[in-house]
Amino acid sequence: MAEKKTKKETAPKKKEATKATAKAAPAAQKAPAKEQKKARVGVFICHCGTNIAGSVDIEDVQEYSKSLPDVAFADNYQYMCSTPGQKKIADAIKEHNLTGIVVAACSPRLHEPTFRTATKEGGLNPFRFEMANIREQGSWVHMHDREGATDKAKDAIRIAVAKASMLEDLFPKTVPVEKAAMVVGAGVAGMQAALDLANAGIKTYLIEKNPTIGGRMSQLDKTFPTLDCSQCILTPKMVDVGRAENIELMTCAEVEDVEGYIGNFDVTIRRKARGVLTPDEAEAKGIVGGGCNGCGDCEGVCPVIKPNPFEMGMKPRKAIYIYHPQVVPLIYTIDWDSCIKCGLCVDICGDKKAIDLEMQDELVKVKVGTAILATGYDMFPIEKKDEWGYKKYENVVNSLEFERLICASGPTGGHLVRPSDGETPKKVAFLLCAGSRDNTGVGKPYCSRFCCMYSLKHAHQIIEKIPGCQPYLFYMDIRSFGKMYEEFYYRIQDEGAKFMRGRVANVLEDPVTKNLIINAEDTLLNRPINLEVDMVVLAAAVQPAEETERTRKLFGVSRSMDGWLLEAHPKLNPCGTTTAGVFLAGVCQGPKDIPDTVASAEGAASAASIPIHRGEVELEPYFAQCIEEKCAGCGMCVNLCPYQALALVEKDGRKVMEVTEAKCKGCGTCGGFCPGGAIWMQHFATPQIIAQIDAFLVGGAK
Amino acid sequence: MAEEWKPQILGIICNWCSYAGADLAGSARTQYPPDIRIVRVMCTGRVDPLFILKAFTDGADGVLVSGCHFGDCHYLEGNYKGAKRMFMVKSLLKNIGLEDKRLRMTFVSASEGAKWAKVVEDVVKTVTDLGPNPLKELAR
Ligand code: FES
Repeated sequence: MAEKKTKKETAPKKKEATKATAKAAPAAQKAPAKEQKKARVGVFICHCGTNIAGSVDIEDVQEYSKSLPDVAFADNYQYMCSTPGQKKIADAIKEHNLTGIVVAACSPRLHEPTFRTATKEGGLNPFRFEMANIREQGSWVHMHDREGATDKAKDAIRIAVAKASMLEDLFPKTVPVEKAAMVVGAGVAGMQAALDLANAGIKTYLIEKNPTIGGRMSQLDKTFPTLDCSQCILTPKMVDVGRAENIELMTCAEVEDVEGYIGNFDVTIRRKARGVLTPDEAEAKGIVGGGCNGCGDCEGVCPVIKPNPFEMGMKPRKAIYIYHPQVVPLIYTIDWDSCIKCGLCVDICGDKKAIDLEMQDELVKVKVGTAILATGYDMFPIEKKDEWGYKKYENVVNSLEFERLICASGPTGGHLVRPSDGETPKKVAFLLCAGSRDNTGVGKPYCSRFCCMYSLKHAHQIIEKIPGCQPYLFYMDIRSFGKMYEEFYYRIQDEGAKFMRGRVANVLEDPVTKNLIINAEDTLLNRPINLEVDMVVLAAAVQPAEETERTRKLFGVSRSMDGWLLEAHPKLNPCGTTTAGVFLAGVCQGPKDIPDTVASAEGAASAASIPIHRGEVELEPYFAQCIEEKCAGCGMCVNLCPYQALALVEKDGRKVMEVTEAKCKGCGTCGGFCPGGAIWMQHFATPQIIAQIDAFLVGGAK
Repeated sequence: MAEEWKPQILGIICNWCSYAGADLAGSARTQYPPDIRIVRVMCTGRVDPLFILKAFTDGADGVLVSGCHFGDCHYLEGNYKGAKRMFMVKSLLKNIGLEDKRLRMTFVSASEGAKWAKVVEDVVKTVTDLGPNPLKELAR
């Protein structure tokens, strides 16, 4: 600590010196530092093939770099990130006795870790490395302006050298990782991730907002292209989740608050009052042999009838209910909005004493090392595209409603009927890309990715189940990209489904028969279509589930433009996020079919288990430090810190600020405000940033 | 100077949103004017009013501070605190007779590459229209 202080004392002086000498010798950044040896910076310029060299004059930039003060060595290479490129750095450090490294190449967000390692291999502290971004923010955005791009590259290097000459040795802090994980959302993605983590020996909290796990997949009838029954393949997994010793399942639960960082997230969970005790909860209350056993007597006596959301509102449920017979856990739930507290259920439940009409929400705190978000999707409210008549005409349904209507456990026992009159339809039209690939601003611009395939499956199902029933598919393109998908498409064609390429202009209803008239254009035959059908199924777009936005903010995860959660890298880190220790599984990251969802869940589980198995993680040492001599003890920074990392303490008879490094995430909000300049933000210190600004404006070539 | 004057604009941008957005503009090869130089900070909360004043007294023609959207800051609320300070600096600039339009704060997320290009274009245009920073003479 003592050494550190001396360095800090000298640092602010450097800044003043810079200012004073700026006019005379513009780029003389370096004030005579006392014990620190004179900076010797090495600059390495990457061609990146022609990615950079195509728009930037590398030779010119290298010559210029050599002329900069503090630069002891400059070199260039085809691909700096390659093994020979990295070796150049390590070798030059030794040969030229360098104290700082600048690589002018792509974005530090891509290759900073690579070059830090190379710097370390050369025997220098890895934090003595600085990157000049001359690709993403240079050659690629000024492709046709060689002069502009070259000038910008020179400036970027000058700015980077100014910082590199002032960088100091830093040491990452290692913190232990809690041997537990959390998965938010218990659809097929969340279940798979939780099972994988649990099987890897990690205690896993699985949080689900609904009273049962299973998610969207449990609402589906069959799955394409194999046509196996969705429930049949899902329920064994649901049972496994319910049984797994390492999984602590919390249904009717929501994440309320998240604090901490990778390895040590403190998560507060709101367990909504379910109104019904599980056998375990009952036992804890001293009710022997009590708690809900799923007998359903309560449901029998409950006088309140409501639509069941699991059945898309097409089947009734009571105010005390389960979604369907296979729910996990098999525990009834009270819907407080409709319960009239008549008490009939309490009476019939009798000695089991499972029902508590006065139950309150409960807040539970858990500590986890990593977390996976698997919050899934909702259907796009397709009534917004009112030309297709959803919610206006009775016989227009969306595809999830169709799934329930064709499902043997659904409201009609698997007999597809028209909602208007209960008749079996003879002609059914499927409108694909309903609300997807829509640039009108009403729908979604993206492809929802699984609607083509499930619509093919729907067509197959009605051909199979209803002899003589004709499916018509109105499509833009059929996207059958997966394993055995194209083959499935041919099969459905052979089975007699009719395909019409063209987006439907509108759907009208015959008010007497409730039949629907479809107006479209067959763009392959170039002629208008006017078709009367009994029923219309809209393959509606999907959108992030309602609570995604709230949840992602709690975990500090970014969103893409379309609202899906943003992965750390679209190709190379699709399960990670920019928040260390938080991962994504399934559709919350973007539309996926079931195989892709499960694969992504397994990827996320594996990624989330790595820090836990390693047992410790390194935190970037961008911590704030207090320069005690300058600290006036005003305490303004203490209130600014969002992480409660700062506090005022008594030292030598006066108050000074003290940082708890483990809590500090290095945002620098305190350092940006301290009126006395008493906060040293490691790696982003005020003198370092000021030197960068100076280097840009004062030391320029112009 | 008159015929080929190009503004010197400093961009101080946060690592998590705007810097990532600027990188995305790069991967998408979205072209924009080269008259901006970037200093990366972890969060716009780090932006000390001193940095801005220093830039202007050193002769910057414009300064762009860009971070995450409100509610999206990687550090919860650094951008609120940063934005507050920018208002303060803006009124300060006005008081010393410098056009406060030379300082701009924007919010560009990691997925808004196109927006980043647009913002830079806008800032370059605004500053070009305002002409050179009158303090530049003093700095020289
Ligand atoms: S991290 Fe982007 S503004 Fe705070």
